[in-house]
Amino acid sequence: MNNVPVDLKYAKSHEWARLSGDVATVGITDHAQHELTDVVFVELPEIGRKLKAGDACAVVESVKTASDIYSPVSGEVVEVNKAVVDNPALVNSEPFAGGWFYKIKLSDAAEMAALLGPREYLSQIGG
Amino acid sequence: MLKRTPLFAAHQKLGGKLVEYGGWEMPVYYTSIMDEHQAVRRAAGLFDISHMGEITVSGSAAPWFLNSVLTNDIDNIGPGGGQYTLLCNERGGVIDDLYAYQLSQEVYFLIVNASRTEADVAWLQARAAEFPGREDLRLTDASHQYAAVAVQGPRVVEFIDACIPGTACSGTRVDRVTALKKNQIAGFACGHANVQVSRTGYTGEDGFEIVGRDDSIRQLWDGILAAGGPFGIRPCGLGARDTLRTEACYPLYGHELDENTTPIEAGLGFFVSLDKGDFMGRSILAEQKAGGVSRKCVAFKMTDKSAPPRPQYPIWAGGAKVGDVTSGTQSPSLGVGIGMGYVPSELAKPGEVIGIEIRGRRSPAVVVRKPFYRRS
Repeated sequence: MNNVPVDLKYAKSHEWARLSGDVATVGITDHAQHELTDVVFVELPEIGRKLKAGDACAVVESVKTASDIYSPVSGEVVEVNKAVVDNPALVNSEPFAGGWFYKIKLSDAAEMAALLGPREYLSQIGG
Repeated sequence: MLKRTPLFAAHQKLGGKLVEYGGWEMPVYYTSIMDEHQAVRRAAGLFDISHMGEITVSGSAAPWFLNSVLTNDIDNIGPGGGQYTLLCNERGGVIDDLYAYQLSQEVYFLIVNASRTEADVAWLQARAAEFPGREDLRLTDASHQYAAVAVQGPRVVEFIDACIPGTACSGTRVDRVTALKKNQIAGFACGHANVQVSRTGYTGEDGFEIVGRDDSIRQLWDGILAAGGPFGIRPCGLGARDTLRTEACYPLYGHELDENTTPIEAGLGFFVSLDKGDFMGRSILAEQKAGGVSRKCVAFKMTDKSAPPRPQYPIWAGGAKVGDVTSGTQSPSLGVGIGMGYVPSELAKPGEVIGIEIRGRRSPAVVVRKPFYRRS
């Protein structure tokens, strides 16, 4: 629940971003998946969709609730994770790996620096 | 200030995720809804149902009174018996759905929904005040006197007798708990007090509901978890309670039932006894049984991969909105989205295709026969 990889950046709303070149991979944190418990459905943005940081861009549903996912950065969606659509349980078992949601080509690289670092995120979730 | 049941400390100790439910602070799950749901289907689950209401109705006029306010025929049950029944208003609208038990010759016991206890008591007291036999009738809201648990699942029979040993001291005189038949109730000694045990439940599995004083129920909670441990019992919260009852197509007051919905529209005509004599709402219900209703509660399954249906999502057919989802979830046992909702009667046939509006898009679903799940 307090697994917070040090090589990622975090949003207050529990999304993470991993930068590689000018493309960030986005998912939700271990803390978030633990709060949701069993994820039964994931709705991802379409490839080509343009997002602003803070836009509601995906939905994660557990048995009991539907939760909006907010893009931590602005840019254009270039890839989505079909595996997590086919097997939503990946969000619970591999929130930082196989349970990733989408990849976004950044329109403003400075936004990554504005996200929380691992220590800030960890203290936000009470770790 | 939220109300807490006598088992609140137990929920905290077990790490239950506590949420507000009808004015009570209750566990929605302990580990996960999926885990707890599967435990009930495969082995056993234990639920705190202390928030439910209990009303005693006694005196020689009790059965006469109850038959004038409830839809089912109380004369069918006898001492130690119980039946599902409904309390309706003069328009046949449902005030509550409940279980009525006859504990002894002149003592009846009603178990009602937590969210409706106050409304039920007020209604019954008002009806009793004008009842011709009221001199021989006593009505008591006993809810604050009792706690209760439900233990449900195919393996419950393997350990429950050890938790409540001995022979029944009242009601159906069985020599052990597992000898009770469905809907039967009996009193058993449990420590220094007695508990009422009925073979009933809200999950679609075999099981028992146990009502007693706070201390008896606290002890039983621990005892049942201990005895059931080797058989795979889990404590279960309101989340699993909801997914289990939805799979079994049991109505939930405030969803499939409300004061503007009749038992006939809800598909509960079986529990409306028109030939027992007059009762509150009878004339409308008789009209509906004979002439039909314009809307009906159906069960439906999502047919394409989609997000699960949820209460209040619109139902579409023929290019128009025709109704609303009243209950919906991803079914842990079936792996698809399932739900119940009201549609025009013409569409209330298995095989009828409908659309469920989820976040502005319509996903296809099909009306199916109830229930989604039946235990083997």
